[in-house]
Amino acid sequence: MSADLLLDVRDLAVRFPTPDGLVNAVSGLSFTLSRGETLGIVGESGSGKSVTNLAILGLLNRKRAQITGEVLFQGRDLLTASAAEIRNVRGKDIAMIFQDPFACLHPMYRVGSQIAEAVRAHESVSWDVAFDRAVEVLDAVGIPNARSRARDYPHQFSGGMRQRAMIAMALVHNPDVLIADEPTTALDVTVQAQIVELIDKVKRDFNIGVILITHDLGVIAETAQTVMVMYAGRAVEHGPVRAVFEQPQHPYTWGLLESMPSVERKLARLRAIEGSPPSVINLPSGCSFHPRCPHVFKRCDHERPPLLTIEGGHADACHLTGESKRALWLEREAARLGRSA
Amino acid sequence: MLLYVARRLVWSAVVILIVTAITFAIFFLLPPGDPALRFAGRQPSPELLHTIRANLGLDHPWYAQYFKFVKSIVFGDKFGWPGLGYSYGSSVPIRDKIIEKTPRTLSLIGGAAALWLAMGVSVGVLSAVKRRSLVDRLAMGFALFGISAPVFWLGLMALFLFWYKLDITAGTGYVDFTKSPLDWASHLILPWTVLALLFAATYARMVRGNLLDTLGEDYIRTARAKGLSERRVIFGHGLRASLAPIVTMFGLDVALLVGGAVITESVFNIDGLGFMAIDSVFRGDLPATLGVVLVGTFAVVVMNLLVDIAYAFLDPRVRYS
Amino acid sequence: MSEAIIEVEGLTKRFPVSQGVFGRRAGEVHAVEDVNLSVMRGETLGIVGESGCGKSTTARLMLKLIESTAGTIRFEGRDVTNLSSREMRPLRREMQMIFQDPYSSLNPRQTVGQIIGTPFSIHKTEGDSRARVRDLMDRCGMNPEHYNRYPHEFSGGQRQRIGVARALALKPKLIVCDEPVSALDVSIQAQILNLLEGLQSEFDLTYVFISHDLSVIRQIADRIAVMYLGRVVELAEAEALYDRPQHPYSAALLSAVPRVDPTGAIRRQRIVLAGDVPSPIAPPSGCAFHPRCPKARLVTGGSSVPDDCANDLPVLDSIDVPTQQAACWHPLTSVDELRAVASVVVE
Repeated sequence: MSADLLLDVRDLAVRFPTPDGLVNAVSGLSFTLSRGETLGIVGESGSGKSVTNLAILGLLNRKRAQITGEVLFQGRDLLTASAAEIRNVRGKDIAMIFQDPFACLHPMYRVGSQIAEAVRAHESVSWDVAFDRAVEVLDAVGIPNARSRARDYPHQFSGGMRQRAMIAMALVHNPDVLIADEPTTALDVTVQAQIVELIDKVKRDFNIGVILITHDLGVIAETAQTVMVMYAGRAVEHGPVRAVFEQPQHPYTWGLLESMPSVERKLARLRAIEGSPPSVINLPSGCSFHPRCPHVFKRCDHERPPLLTIEGGHADACHLTGESKRALWLEREAARLGRSA
Repeated sequence: MLLYVARRLVWSAVVILIVTAITFAIFFLLPPGDPALRFAGRQPSPELLHTIRANLGLDHPWYAQYFKFVKSIVFGDKFGWPGLGYSYGSSVPIRDKIIEKTPRTLSLIGGAAALWLAMGVSVGVLSAVKRRSLVDRLAMGFALFGISAPVFWLGLMALFLFWYKLDITAGTGYVDFTKSPLDWASHLILPWTVLALLFAATYARMVRGNLLDTLGEDYIRTARAKGLSERRVIFGHGLRASLAPIVTMFGLDVALLVGGAVITESVFNIDGLGFMAIDSVFRGDLPATLGVVLVGTFAVVVMNLLVDIAYAFLDPRVRYS
Repeated sequence: MSEAIIEVEGLTKRFPVSQGVFGRRAGEVHAVEDVNLSVMRGETLGIVGESGCGKSTTARLMLKLIESTAGTIRFEGRDVTNLSSREMRPLRREMQMIFQDPYSSLNPRQTVGQIIGTPFSIHKTEGDSRARVRDLMDRCGMNPEHYNRYPHEFSGGQRQRIGVARALALKPKLIVCDEPVSALDVSIQAQILNLLEGLQSEFDLTYVFISHDLSVIRQIADRIAVMYLGRVVELAEAEALYDRPQHPYSAALLSAVPRVDPTGAIRRQRIVLAGDVPSPIAPPSGCAFHPRCPKARLVTGGSSVPDDCANDLPVLDSIDVPTQQAACWHPLTSVDELRAVASVVVE
């Protein structure tokens, strides 16, 4: 196995029994992550993107969730690891940052103390040494006057600074993988740009792998190398960013691309995807997307399309033939561009 | 932080002043009839009434009376500090009575509070962590029992079982700590437990509820993602954030027990402030009642102040607002 | 020539800040400062800016949901600034609001029918309100059979539709939309935006649309006001703002939006703004943007800023076309200048 391959997820499935029925949060998910790669995971609510990453880090309640499949991290399957082994990996080899930095930092402890605590979770160093490391890493992520700001509480930090502090906290042990779950959604647009750049810089400087979960396709297009589009717990399209955005194959991906307004131009009308995301308890039979797909045909409602690779690592899960997909996309693109004001 | 404390001190002083004013109005001004008669107790002689009028300045206008009242409290009267007057019914200065009884009540409250905090918090945490398990259900059932069982019944049952039948503890009454610590504790162990049982139940429920809410917060997920041990996550992050309402409740509960642990003190024959309160009312001893009211209120104000300060220590957001 | 539905002049809102032992007034938050805007009938005025710029407060001031500290508000030519709440009542039929969070802006204890129908009972309109409610539900893309359901039975997008239907109930002239799609998934966002656009022509509505999302604003707004620290720094028609922004802040804002550009040919030049937005309690002197402005530093060629930027408050004024106004002493004039500005790094 190549030393560059960090994560190898195979056939991951996560199910939750609830009083209303079995929730299939994630099904049949497979992907890899290598050094220097940013994998963007795109999906809307209920797509299972967050659950995937919580499963990787063992942050799901093992008694409630039924998790199957393999998550190989540098050869070791994290899903079969003991609680102690997983805790050893968390924060040290694989680190995670979350969406709302305000809610994610403890309101009653100083920011520097929380980072120092992260240091001491995996290394037995004195409090002073840990705090110094915290100051160092805060400085590295661009927080001015790091030493005095480390003694502040989270509510004294602005949104962007809090997110930087979270990133700093994630980096104290030089992890190999950084999972960023919607890191910019709660931030202003100029701050978003700063954070996205910071994550990218960290990736390049430390040569790590990044999983970036977001619904913002623009961010993916600009910073990710690979993208995986999730819908109702499955990957419906997966491949190099260039390929997926230039030649998207799955009708859901088309829908996403077309329903996004653009800063570049005003479209005559946004083409929305009909209907709403499916209930995760009663998933539609066959292809989960078929009730909303404008190109649905006979096979779609009873036969689930497998994820098939076309070329160059670009895969999609749709029954339409390659030629149909190309033709339909061309048609839609022409209509979209022709329709622009 | 200092600014916060200063602000609280100023307001506490204001509250105490208002309390004295209202108390004064209730006891001196509002009821009809001769105040001297009320203060005198049973069958006063005319000389006694005259003395009372002079002592309390009842011939003077109400604001002079009030001024004398406040002045006595703050600077003391001929019996000492604080100047709470004289009980004509039992022929003893109020101040002496209060000083005698306060340590008893404080001993009772102190021990009970320590016990109920320990029990309440540990049961609450256990319940929250093992939510919906058998342990949780038993604990909450126990809580329900603790809240529902009447104190006098519990007290009497405890006395019957542990003192009368099993002879493990001492019986009713109070022994001073300085005389014999062992006896002191032996007499207090049952009332401590009975009182604590009542409160522990409420605290267990509260801790459980708050902790469950807190454990759903995002920063708990972050703490786990950092790789912290589960114990650190629950106590350092979870419990710490849930403490605020517990602290508030604790302060108020302790304060109210200062003059309010009437049933416990009666059942176990601890002649403390609670017992004094009820006794004075029954015997129509107005100065004594007045004295207990003032002490009790003062305790509430002081505890509130301490709770506010503790709050600021716990939650830095409060300090900076 | 359409007339103005709402005109605000010198609109200001300051919130007091208390401090000290007795809660003395220590200062003020300058939430909205001296805003002049008019909303023409039938148009969509977009208000865009980052958090704390005052856009939501401005909208609430316009509808008189908050009392202003200074300034005048005219509704259809009539001065409503000092009207009492009773006098405002009949006017409130004409102006409505749609809120951001579809989860907290609907009363969970009322059915959908009750929520949408409440305006009818408040303003005591005649006629069959039930039928009208069902009609509204239908026009907003909901199933009228769901009249008796509760909000929690609906998804976020559907709840937002309920909010739209409620706002439409009394056929208002003006609807203020405060970030109505920010909390929704991308595909649902498009549905709601399409719905709002469709309803605008059908019901002859005027919108004030607030958002921090520049692509959404581009799609829906005719004219756009860019706000920074409580002031309007640029007011322009949509095309003009996006193609040729004049205020350096507008340019920086636009440059920060990531693009889905398959060809990768247009590499956007991001204009870096150092630091954070300054506190609205103590806004900088002169132009509020000058401490972070890369154009100012381009003008001096060094790290200092021109005197007028630092000391004199710029006023919203047109430079070349009357339809585009910027509050800037040294507005951007060309695309090349934009690139030069992009490369200036502010310390």
